[in-house]
Amino acid sequence: MPFEEKVTWVSLVVAVVVPVAYFAIMLGRLGEVSAADIAYQRPLLIAIGASIALTIVGSILAGIGTGISAELHGRPASDDIDRKDERDKQISRHGDLIGFSVSSVGMVGVLALTMLEYEYFWIASALYLSFVIGTLVGSAVKIASYHRGF
Amino acid sequence: MGKPTRVTNRIRALRFAAGEMTQADLADRVGVTRQTVIAIEQGRYSPSLEMAFQIARVFGVPLDDVFDYPKEK
Repeated sequence: MPFEEKVTWVSLVVAVVVPVAYFAIMLGRLGEVSAADIAYQRPLLIAIGASIALTIVGSILAGIGTGISAELHGRPASDDIDRKDERDKQISRHGDLIGFSVSSVGMVGVLALTMLEYEYFWIASALYLSFVIGTLVGSAVKIASYHRGF
Repeated sequence: MGKPTRVTNRIRALRFAAGEMTQADLADRVGVTRQTVIAIEQGRYSPSLEMAFQIARVFGVPLDDVFDYPKEK
């Protein structure tokens, strides 16, 4: 598996785990307070920060794992970790383009919520969800491209 | 999208003819990942013209001897 694909898997897993935790906590709180009073700012910032931190840590661990695996198989680790070729770049661009397109569609929904004057919590959640779904779709497209051809 | 490219190639045969060169060796000489060499060999990726020339140069043959594009029927 190319190192770039491993990093994409890390992004995909993080893009599932963190938002699921965030929305589980927030929807739980919604049962106790109204959307107008819910304190979503801190949890949302923590979720975004956690996503960035976990992606970095996961990528580092993937690099260490790749290095150990390469040593065990007698191959120079730099072959897999340091090398990002034109196929990696094209797949990355392709996935990002589709991911951003999906996020853009979500933005229309965010715009609608804003125009309908929904509570800030719903607008922020829809915005976050749009980015999350865009990341998920983009990562899935990249992984599919690595396996099925590009 | 099983095989997104119609470009076929003889890289596998050329590797064996070149002293059973491994995919990793070819990847090193072209400066790409081993997975990219595998993808090209299997017809899952069509390389850029520049990479195609680099591959042909490794084997010391013209581009046409490495890659082929079928005529329209």
